[in-house]
Formats: sequence, C-alpha cells, structure tokens
Amino acid sequence: MSEDVLKLSAMQLDALREIGNVGAGNSATALSQIINRKIDMNVPKVAILPLGDVPDVVGGADAMVVGVFLRVYGKAPGSVLFLLPKDSAFYLVDTLMGKERGVTKTLDFMDESALMEIGNILAGAYLNALSHFTKLTLLPSIPALAMDMAGAILSVVLVQLGQMGDHALVIETEFLSEDDGIKGHFFLVPDPGSLDTILGAVGVK
Amino acid sequence: MSELIRVGMADYKVGRAPASLISYGLGSCVGVTLYDPAMKVGGLLHIMLPDSTQARSNENPAKFADTGIPLMLKEIIALGAVRSRVIAKIAGGSQMFKFANATDIMRVGERNSQAVKVVLKDLNIRIIADDTGGNYGRTVELQLDTGVYRIKTIDKGEKEI
Repeated sequence: MSEDVLKLSAMQLDALREIGNVGAGNSATALSQIINRKIDMNVPKVAILPLGDVPDVVGGADAMVVGVFLRVYGKAPGSVLFLLPKDSAFYLVDTLMGKERGVTKTLDFMDESALMEIGNILAGAYLNALSHFTKLTLLPSIPALAMDMAGAILSVVLVQLGQMGDHALVIETEFLSEDDGIKGHFFLVPDPGSLDTILGAVGVK
Repeated sequence: MSELIRVGMADYKVGRAPASLISYGLGSCVGVTLYDPAMKVGGLLHIMLPDSTQARSNENPAKFADTGIPLMLKEIIALGAVRSRVIAKIAGGSQMFKFANATDIMRVGERNSQAVKVVLKDLNIRIIADDTGGNYGRTVELQLDTGVYRIKTIDKGEKEI
C-alpha cells in the first residue's frame, strides 16, 4: 500500500500552505501583541518528509529545544507543536516576565507555565483561523511542555504517523522577532485521517 | 578517530570494531543493541512502535520491535556473530509529555520497552543492561570495540551501561 500523503496534488499542497498561512498569521499577530514586538513569519512550508528527517527542520535530533505540545480535538484531530531553541525560549521568558535579556538560564515552574500559556494562545489563534477558514470545529487540549532534544520531543507526534506510513506531512512556519532574539517553529501535524477532512472542507479533495 | 555510523529513526545499522553506532534524540523510541563480545560485532536498532501487526503500514521492518530485532540479529550473525553469545542492551522508551488522560499513543514509550523485552525473551537473548523509562530524551551510542552502550541526556547526565 502506498501512502496517501505522497499522492497529494500541487493544488492540494497549495491549499494546505494557505491554511498554514492563515493560521500562522493569526498566531504571529497574537504573539506580537503579547510581547509588544514585531514578529515576522516566513511563508509556511508544507513538507512531506521521511519520519526520521523531521528533526532536521529544527536543527537536528539532538538540538536542545523547548516544546509546547497540544492535541487538536474536533472534526480534524491532529497535533500542534511549538518548538523554540533553548536560548529563544529563555529570551521569550525574559520578555514575558519583564526581566533583562539573559537573566533566565533555566525554567522554573512559573516560566514553564508562562511558556505553556504562550503555546496555548498561539495554538488557539491558529486553530481559530483554521476553523473559520475550513468551517471545521477544532479545539486545542491543555498544553504540555518539555525541554529536551528535538528528536525526543518530535517523536511524540511522529510515532502516531508511524502507524500509518513512513512519511510525515507537516505544515511548518518559522517565527522571528525583529531583533532576531526569538525564533520558533510552529508545527501542525494532522492525524492521518484528518487530511482528507481538511482538504474536503476547502474543496480540493 | 574510529568511524561513527549514524542510525536514524526507524532504522538499524550493524558493524564491527572499532566503529561506533549512534542514534540521536530518542524519546518514546527504544534503542536496542545486539552484540557479540568475542567477535566485537553488533548492531543498533531504533524502533518507534511495538508491534507491526497493529499498524496499517508495516513496510519498514526496522520501525517495529517484533520485526526489527530478528532482522538485525540475522545481519549480525551474517557478520560473524555467534547466536549463543549475543547479548542485548536497551535504552529509551520515555514519556516526553505528561497528560492526565494519557491515551495509548501517549504511553507508547512504555509499550515499546515492554515489546522489546518480550521479543528478546522469545529469541532467548539476555538483556544485560536496561535504561528505559523516564520523561527525558537520550542519545545512545554503541561502541563496538568494548560493547559499552553510552547514554547521553540533557540534564540527567551521561552514563555507560
């Protein structure tokens, strides 16, 4: 059996990219309002990658990152993962907590809670836009946070896809603050069955 | 500097001393090593899922404990390992995120570790070292000249088993 994600047409991939654009645009605005700084984002990438290659997107399987993970419930279940390189996460905490840049060197309970809340707001903004665009009800779970190796954190979403195939479809956007201090990757990874639902909802099934 | 062979997710590699086999950033996955100390040949397998019969796609045997381990065993025997001398060391199988209502898929690390142990037992291969569980990532490296399995973590230190 060959895999569904390898059979997507150029038009379907474009539609998914547009979904990423709408969602991430809303998230970037939310983040920029919270930290009161301009946030740029790149054009979302829709990547179909061998599962083992996904960690390379964020600097390799052993890169140290902070990940905020949420499950997506509703008509098109999936996972959302907001990944920040460690230093970016620390700087984001400094900004949120009104500290000088460089003060945060580890994450305490409050810092983790703040980052989870950021993940929550970003995922909420993303899914809201996506719901509006597709007319599908999509709701985020409560967030969970881990600071560890990128490969280990990504394995949480990759394992799920591994049951269905050897490739992952990820809709990925990179955020960058104007001073380059905060850089993050936002991933939407639809569960295998959800792809059809999303494509159907935007009329390119 | 001896050769360092990289093993990706859902993949395995076999080799002989003085090479080392390394796999980066294991979370819920399990890194299974098989090693013949006399011949100094062995392999490292990075499995993602416990059971190929439960998955819709099972084209890649290295993805699963039940298909990956026998396959790697066959290959190290082809390299000169003697079946009765082969020993195993295992590491990984974390649960990276804690959720109150952890579903089966969230507990896949635990299920992976259990499956690996069952498969090795069925093959009559002794597990001489086990570093599974927890909630943190691991980078694992099998040194084929000594059989040492080195495990690196972010803040739980580094150890050799």
